[in-house]
Amino acid sequence: MRRAQLLALQFLVAAVALTIWHVLTTHQFFGRYLLEPFFFSTPADVAARVVRWFREGTIWRHLVVTLSEVLLAFTIGSLAGVLVGFWFARKPFVAAVFDPYVKMINSLPRIVLAPIFTVWLGFGIWSKVALGVTLVFFIVFFNVYQGVKEVSPAVLANARMLGMNERQLLRHVYWPSALSWMFSSLHTSVGFAVVGAVVGEYLGAAAGLGYLIQQAEGIFDVAGVFAGIFVLGVFVIVIDAVVTLVERRLLAWRPVAAEARD
Amino acid sequence: MEASRPTGSEKVVSKTAPAMRLDGVGVAYRFEKGSYPAVERADLTVADGEFLSIVGPTGCGKSTLLNLAAGLIAPSEGRIEVLGQPLQGLNPSAGYLFQADALFPWKTALENVAIGLEVAGISPAEAHARARAWLARVGLSAFAGRYPHMLSGGQKKRVALAQVLIRDPKILLMDEPFGPLDAQTRQIMGNLLLDLWNADRKAVLFVTHDLEEAIALSDRVVVMSAGPNACIIGDWRISLPRPRDTADVRLEPAFHEIHREIWAKLKEEVSKTYTQAEEETA
Repeated sequence: MRRAQLLALQFLVAAVALTIWHVLTTHQFFGRYLLEPFFFSTPADVAARVVRWFREGTIWRHLVVTLSEVLLAFTIGSLAGVLVGFWFARKPFVAAVFDPYVKMINSLPRIVLAPIFTVWLGFGIWSKVALGVTLVFFIVFFNVYQGVKEVSPAVLANARMLGMNERQLLRHVYWPSALSWMFSSLHTSVGFAVVGAVVGEYLGAAAGLGYLIQQAEGIFDVAGVFAGIFVLGVFVIVIDAVVTLVERRLLAWRPVAAEARD
Repeated sequence: MEASRPTGSEKVVSKTAPAMRLDGVGVAYRFEKGSYPAVERADLTVADGEFLSIVGPTGCGKSTLLNLAAGLIAPSEGRIEVLGQPLQGLNPSAGYLFQADALFPWKTALENVAIGLEVAGISPAEAHARARAWLARVGLSAFAGRYPHMLSGGQKKRVALAQVLIRDPKILLMDEPFGPLDAQTRQIMGNLLLDLWNADRKAVLFVTHDLEEAIALSDRVVVMSAGPNACIIGDWRISLPRPRDTADVRLEPAFHEIHREIWAKLKEEVSKTYTQAEEETA
């Protein structure tokens, strides 16, 4: 019952927003449009565009391109983040040596790297993947580093007293602890993979949702821009729902992850 | 009821090699500015099958002594022998029940109990079967699939007890294991511990600040002085009959007698700790 109520209210929010948008862009008040349709388009136009994209099937190519960039950026960034995070956490000296560089690159607005990646890797998906990787890597890296560092001393001492050798400690203690930290940042890192892909496409590409939006913008096709944003928004929500499912399965042992959501 | 005067622990004679022997052991923690002598010249022998408790005021180095016995820290001086062999590195004959929550939060109760066998190379199937049996012994059969955060404080301690005992250690080290529990649960856990211990009589080194608990459980109670330079200042044999009920035994006159005697000694040390604390704040 409460779930249905919540859903109804959520729909209501969308309905109200769409209605206001519709009314202000299609009806004149005081002799003029309060929202000029040329600049703001109309809900009906945007909906028609989205429907057309899917009916003609042109959107799928862009969705597939963006999705593969997101998945590649996430996978590569996470793997690199886990490996380097582990390495730095177990070798404090290495971490100390690299510390200023890690800080520098992490605080750099990643968008300035996009032109370099385009020059190096071309207009294909790999320059977007590279941009996404630089974003995902640091999130995962910091979390894994923290996860390995913050293993409770009592748990560690217990593991050693139970007879674990170095390899078993890694597998039964450090690894699960690091993964739990990594998974707790799953939403953020996947979100950043999307940002990397779409921004990369926006700055120069031949396909993808970011490219679609940028193309529409180039010809003042506001309906196209909004339609692209809408598709992107749904795309992100679907990905987020998948992440939530994965997280529920993997972090069943965590009190926060199991209860805080929903 | 015999309550011997404090004696040097080396007088406790045992035919076989003692489970544990600390000989003039001292520990100093080094900081950037100087060092803190935590324990000084500790001589302690734990006989095979003996349940020995160490009591003392907070911060007296009881836990330090236990970590020494476990091999988690190395002594600055003196020597430690385990079953007649000098201790190097971790103590492989010891099981350690920690004061803090030390279960693996990402493993279920069953996996937590089985892990000690699995890392020793026993097949997962057999390890799980034996872990199930141990969970039954500590009364948690129905909770095998639960993660630690779904268990109460007392249940977690039961899992931890099974986790340690499943490896069948010769020596059991316990660092205020029931400290965080409420009074009723402590007594229940105390009885559970005595039942399990009675089955094969391991040597136990039990650290607590609760004198009543120490007397109710132990064969011998050792009192440590207030730190720094904490050392052993008293050694009592508790000859209350076994099997004991940790709640009922407290009502016996003999219990009160020995309690009064040990408390007289312990009280001096506790008040010393408080005076020190007041001097530091003043």
